[in-house]
Amino acid sequence: MTKATIRLNVKVKNWEEAIRKGGELLVQEDAVEQCYVDAMVRAVKELGPYIVIAPGFAMPHAKAENGVKQIAMSLLTLESPVKFGNPDNDPVKVVICLAAVDHTTHIEAMRELALLLSDSDKMSQIQSTRQVEEVLALIQA
Amino acid sequence: MNIVTVCGMGMGSSLVLKMNIDDILKRKGIKADVEACDLGSLVGKVADIVVTTYELKLQVEDKGYNVVYVRSVIDKKALEELILDAVGKLKK
Repeated sequence: MTKATIRLNVKVKNWEEAIRKGGELLVQEDAVEQCYVDAMVRAVKELGPYIVIAPGFAMPHAKAENGVKQIAMSLLTLESPVKFGNPDNDPVKVVICLAAVDHTTHIEAMRELALLLSDSDKMSQIQSTRQVEEVLALIQA
Repeated sequence: MNIVTVCGMGMGSSLVLKMNIDDILKRKGIKADVEACDLGSLVGKVADIVVTTYELKLQVEDKGYNVVYVRSVIDKKALEELILDAVGKLKK
């Protein structure tokens, strides 16, 4: 994750727009093709909102063969939380779109992410800050 | 003991679940192989316990596995209780 793939206080109308905006950052970074963004949206439509893996947090992703060029992540915090339809963990305030090339190379990144997610102090700081640098520092700390 | 964690793609929540379960079992000194997989690859896997989220209950419950469902993949405390309970039942 870099400065270029983080956007804070983003306005979105619904979950699909949130995924598309997060996915767009990955397209701009040349990490994925546009069809990957469509695949992330399709995954929620087909499999349900299971990508909302923790309270207030969604991790859209799709399979590598749907146009992933390199491993990458993007992060959005939303100005107003949106519902994904997950009764346990809605509404969603933080969206991290994941592009993985296989099932293992991103495992370290996921480990860091899992640690970050279980740190409620850091998560609330990420949700409230308006400084991209601060988010990066929290992730890397 | 074989534990399989499942999610839609086999690389998001199932991977986080696998890492958290690995940590829990290591801390408790319990030996197990924990593997993350996607829904499509689950059928045919040998698993003493399958772990997934409630969101995927419909897709998993009719496959004949001993399934543990979680609400949040990062709630380690709840996960630990569920896993240790399931492991304990296996040993009986």
